This record gives sequence, structure tokens and C-alpha cells, in this order.
Amino acid sequence: MVNPQMVMYEEEFNQIQTVVDRLVREANAKVVFIVDKNGQLIAASGEVDNIDTTSLASLTAGNIAATGGIAKLLRENEFATQFHEGEKANIHIQLVGNRVILVVIFDSKSSLGLVRLRVRKASDELNRIFEALLSKVQEPGGDSPFAEITDEDIDNLFND
Amino acid sequence: MSFINYMAREINCKIVYYGPGLCGKTTNLQYIYERTNPDAKGKMISLATETERTLFFDFLPLSLGEIRGFKTRFHLYTVPGQVFYDASRKLILKGVDGVIFVADSQMERLEANQESVENLRTNLAEQGYSLEKVPYVIQYNKRDLPNVVSVEELRALINPMTVPDFEANARSGVGVFDTLKAVSRLVLNELRRGG
Repeated sequence: MVNPQMVMYEEEFNQIQTVVDRLVREANAKVVFIVDKNGQLIAASGEVDNIDTTSLASLTAGNIAATGGIAKLLRENEFATQFHEGEKANIHIQLVGNRVILVVIFDSKSSLGLVRLRVRKASDELNRIFEALLSKVQEPGGDSPFAEITDEDIDNLFND
Repeated sequence: MSFINYMAREINCKIVYYGPGLCGKTTNLQYIYERTNPDAKGKMISLATETERTLFFDFLPLSLGEIRGFKTRFHLYTVPGQVFYDASRKLILKGVDGVIFVADSQMERLEANQESVENLRTNLAEQGYSLEKVPYVIQYNKRDLPNVVSVEELRALINPMTVPDFEANARSGVGVFDTLKAVSRLVLNELRRGG
């Protein structure tokens, strides 16, 4: 496979959550979330109860994939930043380390300048965390919890 | 590429429905959406044109239940089937864990099926996958229509590897869940092998 398995452990998850929680406060954002490039939600913070984060994650990843496709056609490496301005809500999308996507949703209580500034700092931190996570995942010897699953386990999933 | 989250105790896998235009990929997803318990599904998203042709993808998140204390979640995607949307199809295959090829059983779509399988093979290869290795099942859809090719003939043409295959009528739901279960099983087996 081209991509190594994406795995999230408690230690790194807590580090990521800390960065995301802080970004919500420091950028005066409504919601901040992190998605991998395949559309899986990794972490979220802020007013997430009113929002369908699963759908948002998938659409954001689709958006980044489409923009990446356009970049390739123009012989650009990536368009790492996107910004969409709405009447009430704005969304800032940043590709971090070409692996995960950092999304900030904000309203008139914040500004693009502030969000950009805080995103830059958070991106550096996130990049370091994901690099460390990646090298941990690639270390040999990590037992998969699924090595032991049986045909019966799989059958049970489909019993209803 | 599945995503194992030890913190949330979840595994997430990506299944892609592939096939020629109007073969019934979106109809498969719609049927699954209608027949799934509300707790087990998220919102279905369709990025479609005004004439309801898939423009980019359809998306449906599903929860299957727990395995060894891990919640298993499947993200189902369809690709746009029309030939000229090839750039979009490539993007949707990124990070795929399992593929369902939906074939249109009608005589006049025979060639379109063959082209689409070849296109799948090429696009997977571009992402570094091979059709021989990725969990893969085939669905012969629209079996209820009068002008269908026999399953034997379809099998000979588009299933030379003899992967698991199913007859279906996605509109009424025949074969829809059987196909999904078969690919899910292969994906989980792959996970067991540490793929």
C-alpha cells in the first residue's frame, strides 16, 4: 500500500486535542476540526454539537482533493490554504504537512487575519505531532488489535 | 487505508462503489440509507448535477457494530460514472479499503462495463493499488430488466479473477446488502492480516 495505516493513540490524540482546543480560544473560532486527507475526522473542538462533523469531514477532504487535482494540472504542488466567506460563517481550510487538514469556522467575532496567524502557529505544532505519530506507527512490533479477530467476530457484525 | 483510532476505539474504512454511468451506484447507497436504522447511519450526501447525475461523489457513513471493543464504521462513496469525470474518480479512490464494481446487466451496456473495469484498474494503479490485491467484489445490477446478458457471460467478461459476485436489483434492494457485506468481510479480513 502507498500510505501507511493511519493510527491514532491516546497520547498523540491528547496533544492534538490540546492544540485544537487552544486554537478555538485564541482564534475566537466557533469550531475547529482536523480531518485526514481521506475524509476521516480526527479531532474537533468548539460548538460541535450543532454541526454534522462527519459530513463536513468528508466534504472538506473532497474539496482539498479537488483543489489538489487542479494544482496538479497547473503544475503547482498544492494549494495549501483555502478561504470561503459567507454572510455569517467563514471557513478557513489549511493543509498541514500534506497529510491532514485543519479547518477553522468563524464568524464576525474573529477576523481572517487573526485566524491565519493562529493557524500558522497551530500548523507547526500539529505537523510535529503527526510526524512523531507517523514514525511511531511505522515502528515494527506494534500488535494490531485485529490480528486476533475470528470469522465469528466478523459474522456477528452482520447478524441483524 | 483504514483508520484505527485507539482513543475513540473506532476503526474507519472506506468503500467505493465503481461502475459505468447509470449502473446504479447511487441507487445502492440510497437503498442502504433507507433501510438502515437511524442510529447506525449519518446523513447521506450527494454532490449531483441538476439532472441528478453524480457530479463528484455520494457519501454515506455507516456503523456496523463492535468488533473486539472497537466500533466499526464504514464510509461508503460512489464515483461519478460518466466517462468525462475521470479526474474526479481518481480522487475518490484515494485511501480506498474496498471496491464494489456495479455492472449494468443490460446488453447495450456490456462494453461500458468492460471499459469501466479497465478504468478502475488504471486508476487504482495510479494510486499504487492493484485490483488483484484490493478487497473487491462485483454486483450484476438490473437483473429484473428484460434485455439482460446472462450472468455466465458477464462473469466471463468482467470477472476473470472470480472475485465474489452477486446478482442484484438495486432499486428493489435485491442483492444490495449481500454485496456490501461481502466487501466488508474482505476489508475486515485484510485488517486482520494487518493490511
